[in-house]
Amino acid sequence: MTDGPTPDAVATAAPQGAERFLEVRGLKKYFPVKGGVLNRTIAHVQAVDDISFDVAKGETLGIVGESGCGKSTTARLLMRLIEPDSGTVHFDGRVIGASNGIPVREMRRQMQMVFQDSYSSLNARLPVEATVAFGPIVHGVSRPEARERARRLLYDVGLDASRFMKRYPHELSGGQRQRVNVARALALQPRVLILDEAVSALDKSVEAQVLNLLLDLKKEYDLTYVFISHDLNVVQYVSDRVLVMYLGQVVEIGPVDEIYANPRHPYTRALLSSRPSMDPERRITEPPLSGDPPNPINPPSGCRFHTRCAFANEVCARVTPVLSTFGDDARHEVACHMMSPGSGHPDAPARA
Amino acid sequence: MEAAESTQTLATGDGDLVRVSDLRVRFVTKETTVYAVNGVDFSLAPGEVLGILGESGSGKTVTLRALIRLLPEDRAQVSGRVLVGDNDMLRLPKGDLQSVRGRTIAMIFQEPMTALDPVYTVGYQIAETIVRHESCSWREAEARALDLFEQVQVPSPKQRLKSYPHELSGGLRQRAMIALALSCRPGVLLADEPTTALDATVQIQILLLLRELQKEMGVIFVTHDMGVAGEIADRLAIMYAGRLVETGPVTQVMREPLHPYTKGLLSSTVHGSMRGQRLQTIEGSPPNLEELPDACSFAPRCPHVREACREAVPEPVQAAPERMARCILVNPA
Ligand SMILES: Nc1ncnc2c1ncn2[C@@H]1O[C@H](COP(=O)(O)OP(=O)(O)O)[C@@H](O)[C@H]1O
Ligand SMILES: Nc1ncnc2c1ncn2[C@@H]1O[C@H](COP(=O)(O)OP(=O)(O)O)[C@@H](O)[C@H]1O
Ligand code: SF4
Ligand SMILES: [Mg+2]
Ligand SMILES: [Mg+2]
Repeated sequence: MTDGPTPDAVATAAPQGAERFLEVRGLKKYFPVKGGVLNRTIAHVQAVDDISFDVAKGETLGIVGESGCGKSTTARLLMRLIEPDSGTVHFDGRVIGASNGIPVREMRRQMQMVFQDSYSSLNARLPVEATVAFGPIVHGVSRPEARERARRLLYDVGLDASRFMKRYPHELSGGQRQRVNVARALALQPRVLILDEAVSALDKSVEAQVLNLLLDLKKEYDLTYVFISHDLNVVQYVSDRVLVMYLGQVVEIGPVDEIYANPRHPYTRALLSSRPSMDPERRITEPPLSGDPPNPINPPSGCRFHTRCAFANEVCARVTPVLSTFGDDARHEVACHMMSPGSGHPDAPARA
Repeated sequence: MEAAESTQTLATGDGDLVRVSDLRVRFVTKETTVYAVNGVDFSLAPGEVLGILGESGSGKTVTLRALIRLLPEDRAQVSGRVLVGDNDMLRLPKGDLQSVRGRTIAMIFQEPMTALDPVYTVGYQIAETIVRHESCSWREAEARALDLFEQVQVPSPKQRLKSYPHELSGGLRQRAMIALALSCRPGVLLADEPTTALDATVQIQILLLLRELQKEMGVIFVTHDMGVAGEIADRLAIMYAGRLVETGPVTQVMREPLHPYTKGLLSSTVHGSMRGQRLQTIEGSPPNLEELPDACSFAPRCPHVREACREAVPEPVQAAPERMARCILVNPA
């Protein structure tokens, strides 16, 4: 652990022994909803509602959940592209944006983001070499050196620099553009990449190429990833640990094998069994969940999942379950009354 | 809805619902020609779901739109033959199209607002379509709209019929579009990636619904997702650069693909057991459709390419009674 203010020990399943690199505590963001004749704020979208988690140095944390559950808002809060209503993020032991912490500008050099839309995140009027060199130049690297770095990075992401460096974004395929985005993100030699649906828009064959690339670069540059995706198969493939979100909250977090082999939260289970079987002889016969996710403007009381949960009990609508460990794996946490001794849910395990 | 009255009796001469032969579509502008569909043959049997699987730009949407005559007439040059029942679709006079669309063949889309009008309630749109096609009373049409909403499993259907499209969630909007497409009991449903924009939890609900409804129709279901195809298709056609490179029963194609492209697509589709392994990818990217080389379109990316692959478009090889692949390495049965 490095010096600087450190938050209280919260049960957020910090990987044991590994250094906490990102420490997220009580992060919250509500977006106002305007309406009526006076265009006043009439409600709030509870996009991210009090989430806490850690990311260890060198690991990949996957974040999954249905659309609208707050994944992108979480990413944008981590990058400080939007201000949190409350909560803190420590980066390598220093609070982001606080007077005694790490300035946002410095954090953004060390933490970079790749978005889903490969096109709109590139400057359409710059050739790709200039796009990749832009960040370093802004941060004081000399032009020749920045260009040299850009060429090397283009090569590293699998684009023959001599062929591609003078091309404009519209002259590239989606996969090639996403490689340029990865090169651009790496140009400031960051330590963390936040990948928000970075491969989701790509065709399967190209997605596989970019996933291989991301795993290679992670080793080569000693990176830490926060990998956000709605695709559970891809998250399983790349992640060391997985965080499951539902309507702005964390419902389960743990090592990837635990989450996929022993999911505890009814939502995680439903999400996992909604994946196509990949075997026409063993098709899914019953939908694991019915209906769409409810609206984050007025989320359900108690456990937000209780309106869709097959195991919901009276206590579920009344009391909000807290994220806590289950069984003897201190790294696996779940927020469900059914898993919590003494919660009042009839199927909860007996108190130890 | 009783099965007897629900579908039109449809059949081409040999009992198929749809028969497509040598379908070709090119888009011609002053600057360039795009060879989007380059000689496609397939048929659809009653009660069958044919899955057409291919990556973006492979010609899936253009194929479906050609079948229902929804391509821009000024730019799209279409040739070949499309039989839907006894309708010769490509030669049908324009005036007859309206009555064939909806009643004989209907289409659903990835983006439901392609089909739904934002300024009318969904109930009005469905009833209006029924009245226009079937000259029944407005009351009968409204009753049928309610039936349809129950059939596509919309909760509280009576109230939801009074909703405008933007008031519905993504999954419900998709169901409303399906109800609209089914409103005149088509014999053939064309589905263009109708679940691609949905979450997995909602996607599987819609796939199960379509599987239920499909028993009374023939469906051509287009997707880029092997997993989705595996949940819905009886037969699979793999599309690459405007051609069907492989067709066969879905289980056989997914378990023992014949064409190198199908093999590559399967091994690069990430699923559970692949953790820790390096993904087998298809190198390179799909071809530029502004050229139509007299060669296997997959040759530049194929790990098994030979000289002969570059000399002519491979002929379809019948590898087993129901299996075809266009690859010179595939042995005939
Ligand atoms: N700038 C914004 N203003 C208002 N609402 C927003 C804004 N950004 C996101 N939201 C809402 O917050 C919720 C979470 O969105 P998002 O974080 O994008 O979800 P995800 O990435 O998981 O799909 C959604 O209901 C979304 O509509
Ligand atoms: N109206 C059009 N004008 C010109 N080119 C088109 C038009 N519609 C489609 N295309 C081209 O035809 C090819 C096949 O497109 P499409 O059928 O939409 O692919 P898919 O649905 O498989 O992703 C693409 O190269 C596309 O750009
Ligand atoms: S707390 Fe209750 S409603 Fe929530 S997931 Fe657990 S059992 Fe279901
Ligand atoms: Mg998002
Ligand atoms: Mg398409």
